[in-house]
Formats: sequence, C-alpha cells, structure tokens
Amino acid sequence: MHPAVQGLLTIAIGVGACISYFYFSNIILDKLIFPARGPHAGRNINRANLVRPWLFLFPGLAALGLYLAYPVFETLRLSLTDRDLGGAYVGLENYRKMADDPKFWEAMRNNAFWLLVVPAASTAMGLIVAQLTDRIRWGAIAKSLIFMPMAISFVGAAVIWKLVYDARPLGTEQIGILNAIYLALGGDQPMNWLTIPFWNNFFLMVVLIWIQTGFAMVILSAALRGVPEETIEAAIVDGANPFQIFFKIKVPQIMGTIVVVWTTITITVLKVFDIVFAMTNGQWETQVLANYMYDQLFRARDWGVGSAAAMVIMLLVTPILAWNVYNARKEMK
Amino acid sequence: MDNIVGKKPALIWATHISVAVLVFLWLFPTVGLFVSSFRTGDQIASSGWWKALFPQEQNTMIRTASSDTQKQIDGNYVIEGNLFAEEGDAQGEISVWGTSSRNIGVYTPGDTADLGEDGMLTVEANGDYRLVNDTEFTGSRGERVFLTAKTPPSFTLDNYRTVLFSGKATDKMGKAFLNTFTVTIPATVIPILIAAFAAYALAWMDFKGRAFLIAVIVGLLVVPLQLALIPLLSFHGTVVEWFIALVGTPMEDNARRFAEVGWLGRLFGFAPGDTINSKGYLGVWAAHTGFGLPLAIYLLRNYMVGLPKDIIENARVDGATDFQIFTKIILPLSFPALASFAIFQFLWTWNDLLVALVFLIDSSGETTVMTRQIVELLGTRGGNWEILATAAFVSIAVPLTVFFFMQKYLVRGLLAGSVK
Repeated sequence: MHPAVQGLLTIAIGVGACISYFYFSNIILDKLIFPARGPHAGRNINRANLVRPWLFLFPGLAALGLYLAYPVFETLRLSLTDRDLGGAYVGLENYRKMADDPKFWEAMRNNAFWLLVVPAASTAMGLIVAQLTDRIRWGAIAKSLIFMPMAISFVGAAVIWKLVYDARPLGTEQIGILNAIYLALGGDQPMNWLTIPFWNNFFLMVVLIWIQTGFAMVILSAALRGVPEETIEAAIVDGANPFQIFFKIKVPQIMGTIVVVWTTITITVLKVFDIVFAMTNGQWETQVLANYMYDQLFRARDWGVGSAAAMVIMLLVTPILAWNVYNARKEMK
Repeated sequence: MDNIVGKKPALIWATHISVAVLVFLWLFPTVGLFVSSFRTGDQIASSGWWKALFPQEQNTMIRTASSDTQKQIDGNYVIEGNLFAEEGDAQGEISVWGTSSRNIGVYTPGDTADLGEDGMLTVEANGDYRLVNDTEFTGSRGERVFLTAKTPPSFTLDNYRTVLFSGKATDKMGKAFLNTFTVTIPATVIPILIAAFAAYALAWMDFKGRAFLIAVIVGLLVVPLQLALIPLLSFHGTVVEWFIALVGTPMEDNARRFAEVGWLGRLFGFAPGDTINSKGYLGVWAAHTGFGLPLAIYLLRNYMVGLPKDIIENARVDGATDFQIFTKIILPLSFPALASFAIFQFLWTWNDLLVALVFLIDSSGETTVMTRQIVELLGTRGGNWEILATAAFVSIAVPLTVFFFMQKYLVRGLLAGSVK
C-alpha cells in the first residue's frame, strides 16, 4: 500500500474512531448506564454528568500520559540501570560515567553559553525590531519578513547558514558572504568559521537567534501596543526623550512579557539539536546536551548514559516548568 | 501614537534606515539559498551568488563548429558562426580572447589570429567568428577559443528537475517530499480532534481535579521530548510483539517476526516469515500526536474559556447535550484557535528531524523525510551546493507558503500559546 494512501486511510480511521468514540460513549452513558428516565432519572443525570468530563478527556489524557508523563519516570529508571547487564540497577553509575566524560562537560559548557547568549540576544533584537517597526508605515511588511525564519526548519536554516559560512581556498572566489566580506576588509586567510573551537559555538548560535528573533518580536510587539497611552503622554509632557520613554516607561511595563519570551526561548535552547546535528554534529568542540544525548543513545548505544543526559536536560527545564505551573495556577484563581 | 518621536524627522529617518538594514540582514541568507538553487554547480563554485544578479566576467573555452560545416568561398575554405551559439550559452560580450590555454587574453575583438596551417581566425565582440584557410579543414572537432566575456545573469531550472524527478539514489527528494506530507497531515489532524474534546471538558465542564489537570498540562508543555525517545521506542516494540502474538505466532528467537499467521493476520496481508518494524508511520503519527497535545489542549482551552457563556447556557437550557454543544457551537466558534494550532503542528511536524529519525526512518531508508535527506546531503555532498540549495529550498517552500498565507493565525496562536 502506498504510504500516501495509508496516510489518508489513517486520517479516515483516526478521525472516524475519535468521532465515534465520543459519540457512542456519550450515547451509552446517557441511554444505557444512566438513562434519564425511570424512578432515578434525576440521580442518573447527575451521575452521567459526573462521568462525562472523563469521557471527553480520556483520549487526550491517555496520550499525554503515555507519550509525555510516563517517559519522564521511565527515563529516570533507565538512567539508573545498565542495558548491558540486562537492565540491572546500578545506582548513580551512569551519572558517574557521564561526569567522567569530557564531552559531557564540553556540552555543559557550550549549553551554558547558548543559554546566556541566545535568549538574551533574541529577546533584545526582538524588542528593538518591535519598537522600530511600530513607528513606520511599512512596519507590517518588515515584521513579516523578519518573522519568516520561524517557518524554516532548523535543518533548512543550517543549509542557509552553511552557505554563508562557506570557505574556499585563498586565490579562488569566495562563495560564502562572510569570507568575502572578511577578505574585502583585509583578512589575510579565508576562515573555516565552523571549525574554530569556542568561537564556532557563536556562529551556530547566530542561526538560532536569526530564527527566534521573529518570535520575540511578535509577542513583544503586541505587548508594546498594550502599553497605556496615558503613561507615554505623561512622560512626553514631563519632557522625556524617546530613549527615556522606551527604557523607563515602556520596558518596565512589559517586563512580564519579556520574562515569558525569555523563558520560552530558554526552553528552545535547552532542546536545540537539529542545528548542531546538521552543521557540525558536535565536532570542533560544539557539542550540546541534546546532541550528546542523541550520540549516547543511538551511536554509542548506551541507554543508561543517554537517559542520564536526558535527565540533566529535564532537571534544567524543571525550574521553568515549576514557574509556569505556579503562574498558571495563580491566574486561574 | 503621535508622540515626540513622530515630530523629529532625523529620528524618523534613523528608524526607517535601521529597519531596512535589519530586514536586509534577515533576508540576505535566505535569498542566497534561493538564488543559488537556480544556478549551475559551476556558477555557484566560481562566483558568489550575490554576483549572479549582475553581468559577470567569465573565462570559458568554446570550440568552433567542426569541419563538416565548412563552405568554399572564393577558393578558400570558411567556417562561420557564433561562439556563444555553438555551446548554447547565453549571449555575452567578449573583452579579450586567445587560442591557447597559456595565453587566453592576447587578442581583442576584431583581431585576426594566425593559426598556422589551421588557418586564420577572426572573432568579433558579439561572438561571431570566421575561420578561413586555403586548404580543406579536416578533423571532427573545431578549433579551441578561450574567451573572457561578460555574460548576463543566467539561471536554470535543471537543479529542480534533478532533485525532484531524477530519482537517483542520493537525490530521492521527490519521494521524501511525499513521505513528509504523509507524516504531517495525520499528525496534524488527529491531535486537533483529541485536544478539542479535552479542551472543552477543561473549559466548560465542572469536575473535581480540573485545576490540577490544567496545571499538569501547563507543566507538560515544556517537558523535553528527548526524554520520551527510548521509553517510547521500546513501547512501540512491545506493541509490535503484542500484535504479532495476537494475529499469529511469533518466532522463538525473534518476537517481531511471524512464525505462523492466523486468519486475522492474513486479512492484514501478512505471511509467515514477515517481520514488523517497530519504526514506521503509525509510530511517528502517534509520537507527534502525543508531543503536540499539551500545546493543543492549552491553546484550545484558553480560547474556549473566552467564548460567551450565555450561548452555552442557553443551549443547555434548551436541552442540548454536551456533545451537541461541542459539535454545533464550540467547534465552529473555535475555528481561529483550531487554525492556529493546525499551523503550529504542521510547521513543527514538517520541520522536525529528531522524531522522524527515532520513530520513522528505518535502515531501508524507504520512509525517509526531507529534513533527513538534507542532512544526508550535507554530509555526503557538502560541496554540491546546487543540489543542496535546491533540496533545502524545496523543503522550505511549503512551510513558507503556509506561513505567508496563514500568518494571522500563526501570530494569534503565538500570543495565546506563550504561558503568561
């Protein structure tokens, strides 16, 4: 069977199964289990209404439980076992092994730089673009063009930027714009930007900043438009200049949104995999946690250490997770 | 918005210019890839793409027509023609030319070169040439002429033909393109449906534990899917083993291979000896569904909560069941939120690499997706920029189209989806 046909069939079966599940489970509940007639009609209706939310929730919760909640605990368990010993419990052995691996510490160091640079740069750029484009007539088009990389896959972006960073031997024409500019400005040798240890990390980060700025811009632009006009007018009357208005009036008022953007990008950074995988695959000291984990799981086939690395990512996400949950609960009250 | 900035022309200009510069910077890399995908491999390797938009100086070697086109005029043998036309190249303007590879710039247009016993060659600036000799020309190949010519920009669609239709083993992008669609569409539709029901329950039904569940979903929003890879891969393996045990008998040494097949298995088209791979479309659809659900439920719930309470309560009073309220009122009203999520999920599944690598692509490579193919090309054909650029652009084109047509919904979704 052709996969496309299989795909269509799956949609049909999947959608059909979902709809009939919801439809028939409701009918069974109302007509068979708790019929709204007879001596207990009232009690039955109440009981049916107690059960019904769970009918609606069941498929979603089952999928969430199986595909996200269960793996967290299973990964924790796997990180404490050794596959070669038939899954025997080995305590923190995998974590010790990982701590002895210089590649792990390289990944941690690089991730720390990613976490410092990318969210800050993306948010700052996004804020600047949002502020600037709000003032001009063709701002909507400008925004849409800067937002565009959001639609491009990390892999596509990797190809785009590899062309930018391309290096040809001295004496031939440079086809990477960065080297062309570098040589035009008096550089003496074309540089292989992605193989210069330490600094190559920043060339990889540029790719993610390029993608994430659009996201930051969209959210911050909406927040800026929500800043009450009176506060700005009052500042103007008091003689504030445009920079004072921006930094002292507007930015403090959208601080909450800035934090949201910052944390969202932070999570993206922690999970960054495709860019490194496609551009350097962790060579030349560009390893990051997610790629390290992938290496351990599928190249070294060491599920224990791989799971331990995944747990480290989870651990780093946890504070943001807790903060989000705390805020969501506060908002619902 | 008429504050003081609006009254200072200098600042206005500074704003215009800086935005223009930013937009230029942001577009430049992508345009580079786009332009490169329309150039031949030689063009890409010989000059930067930004020069492709202007006429270029190029050195080429072109042969004159062969001896069988010669004519006899006034006792001399003559071969005439246009050098650019011989090779089917675009027209250009010759600045200098020569007849040996060591000396490619000795003649200017209009000069006549003495080729000894091969005759006299005259080349004009527009590429017209005239080769004259008093004896008959022999040999099947023409004279070599080395040109330094300014050629106008020239572009080709050949790369797209190679990438999409050639079907070569390394270039199976056409197949990967279809596979990617096969992955994305069910992986977009199914979570929407499941999430819509769950979101309705969380938004409009009263039950114990609702607040707790919402908090759990907010928490799951940020759980890295990296954690799910190994547990789910072994879960999928277990499902395959169950399935085989259900419709037949598994082999003793390999629980994922049939020893015998029951009637139910035959109905599915299995034969003894068949293996079932734990990687495949079903697995990747399920995985994308699971990973997409937290955002789907969260987005849809937030939207549904904001729908007017009166409509729903009136419908309840009129005797509508929850199921009817959901399908007849909530679902149509929630269209913008559904569209937002659909775009997110489509972009995410289309652009995904990791989930496809882990859950879909097996060693046969038949089920490869575009992102995977591009990474492969980056590794094996890092120098073939024409193939790489075209392949990447094919994969980018679809999400970009969706992006530009549905941007409104994408922005709305972003605004609603970021946890406040």
